[in-house]
Amino acid sequence: MIRHHPLRELLTSRLREFFREPEAIFWVYGFPVLLAIGLGIAFREKPPDQVRVDVIAASQPAAGESGAATMRSTLAAQAGFLVEIHTEQESAARLRMGRSDIAVVPGEAFQYIYDRTRPESVLARARVDDALQRAAGRADPVSSSDKPVTQPGSRYIDFLIPGLLGMNLMGGGLWGIGFVTVDMRVRKLLKRLVATPMKKTHFLVAMVGSRMIFGLPEIILLLSAGWLLFEVAVRGSLLAVLFISMLGAVSFSGLGLLVACRAQKIETVSGLMNLVMLPMWLLSGIFFSSERFPTAAQPFIQALPLTMLNESLRAVILEGATLMSQGARLVGLAAWGGISFALALRWFRWS
Amino acid sequence: MATAELAIHCAGLTKRYESRTGPVDAVNGLDLEVSTGGCFGLLGPNGAGKTTTIEILEGLLAPTSGQVEVLGMAWRRNEDALRQRIGISLQETRFAEKLSVHETLSLFRSFYRKGMEPAAAMDLVSLGEKKGSWVGKLSGGQRQRLAVACALVGDPDLLFLDEPTTGLDPQSRRQLWEIIRDFGARGRTVMLTTHYMDEAERLCDQVAVVDHGKVIALGSPADLIARLGGDHVVEFAVNGAAGQAADAGHHDAGALNEAALMALPAVSGVRMEATGISLTVTQPHVAIPGLLQMLRSESLELARLTTRHVSLEDVFVTLTGRHLRDDQAPSS
Repeated sequence: MIRHHPLRELLTSRLREFFREPEAIFWVYGFPVLLAIGLGIAFREKPPDQVRVDVIAASQPAAGESGAATMRSTLAAQAGFLVEIHTEQESAARLRMGRSDIAVVPGEAFQYIYDRTRPESVLARARVDDALQRAAGRADPVSSSDKPVTQPGSRYIDFLIPGLLGMNLMGGGLWGIGFVTVDMRVRKLLKRLVATPMKKTHFLVAMVGSRMIFGLPEIILLLSAGWLLFEVAVRGSLLAVLFISMLGAVSFSGLGLLVACRAQKIETVSGLMNLVMLPMWLLSGIFFSSERFPTAAQPFIQALPLTMLNESLRAVILEGATLMSQGARLVGLAAWGGISFALALRWFRWS
Repeated sequence: MATAELAIHCAGLTKRYESRTGPVDAVNGLDLEVSTGGCFGLLGPNGAGKTTTIEILEGLLAPTSGQVEVLGMAWRRNEDALRQRIGISLQETRFAEKLSVHETLSLFRSFYRKGMEPAAAMDLVSLGEKKGSWVGKLSGGQRQRLAVACALVGDPDLLFLDEPTTGLDPQSRRQLWEIIRDFGARGRTVMLTTHYMDEAERLCDQVAVVDHGKVIALGSPADLIARLGGDHVVEFAVNGAAGQAADAGHHDAGALNEAALMALPAVSGVRMEATGISLTVTQPHVAIPGLLQMLRSESLELARLTTRHVSLEDVFVTLTGRHLRDDQAPSS
């Protein structure tokens, strides 16, 4: 019999266990793709320039009815307006529920009723006013024309795909390693393994290595789904994306080992995981840009490993940046992983 | 050299744990010498310190104080060499459910420089038919045999088994006993812990009876039994007040006091217990007529009377006044 290297045996054992667990497969591979599809559709199918306008019918039918009807036909004649006539009360309720963007009171002077904190309402105010003023005979001093372009790379889905990739690599590394490690400790399997001549570093390296291997289909699936369904193209080098993703997978599995290095119960490790992941979910720019947070918080946010991963993935995927240009972030990411791994090895509890 | 003959040598072993109620001495000055070859048993009730002791010997726990030498080596300097030569089955290990028997054994085999084929280890424990089955599908007895196979796959010189048959059905127990006996018969050494006296009696060449973290008796099962001064036990109970007095432990109640029973022919020991009285006797055919005569003259009526061979249980009860397995009042 050929005796396999223990590292190889440890690695294949992990892979077998993982691929024999259908639920794990779904959460690691299926769920992120479904999430991307769901969010992509939600933000794509919203008609970009339909303004929903309520024209308010006046309480005295004689004068007001015709005013409202005239205004409706004026607006309906132009593209991009969805006009309905409602009473003042109805339209107030519709505004509140987000069923309309703006309400207009017709008459000698127009009155616009809208919420100035809603961006779509502010836009609606400008467009409705523009349309009504022109219809009333306003002449523009300078003529202008539109040349519409849709640029892949600037849509929400373009922003989202790299963020989801980063989030997935973080979740996989932390849950995939942390949970499995604590489970093995609870089962006393870790204790049984150190009762053999197994090298401790072999075990830990196999855990991290297995994450790299699980990560590969994850990256390919998410990027392919983005490309095939939403035409999210990788502008930079595909190899660079792969390299950054792998570095992310390794770093987060190092962090996962650290989080799990002493926990004796699944509940403990779950709590610790959430503690570690929650700030990054919120701050590291998965669903919206981390630049929205105050400047004072930026040094902290930029030092988070997920921010480093997400920003460098976005730079390469969306802007075609080179690997070298992301050097500082990648070194930072590698440092997170390396330091975590070293501490985990030192503090690791085997029984 | 004498120590070269020894598989295990430990002296003055202690292990102190801090608990909420203060320090607890799980092992409290334990000395042991186990010679090479055969099966050595640590026998004691739950909480006696058996597992702590065996885990110190296995190099999984550090003792608070004391010396340990395994196969002539100390753990601190020779960990890898020792690990290569010993096999361990912990009290409870749940192996990966989704790996097959063969895969599990290949994994464990890969850690050892020399050893047996996974298939050979499987055959040793009669799991050949289950080669491709996932561990999650195995019965309790099969899992325990797999645990032993994982301990055997590195072809160890010394095998540690912590409570190898706890919770198993009688057939699985006998199967495991056979595996362990075969291993011992090949000149290797087995050290096991158990709280089953029958297991210790049938399996072990040498037994150390452990209580409160100390060895309280050491020898072959036959030796230990012989030290009680008789081969047989006569257990009986009587109806009525005298019986109840004895139940409550009033040894001077009526005629059934210890001194009177001790004076009966062929009786070498008397034990008053909650459920009756037990006599250690050398010759039942001499002791029983004497007992009956005494009961008749006191007008006492027998509620029951049984005889059996002396067991290690009796040794333990004689030494400690307690049973190995006190089901009514489980201790700690």
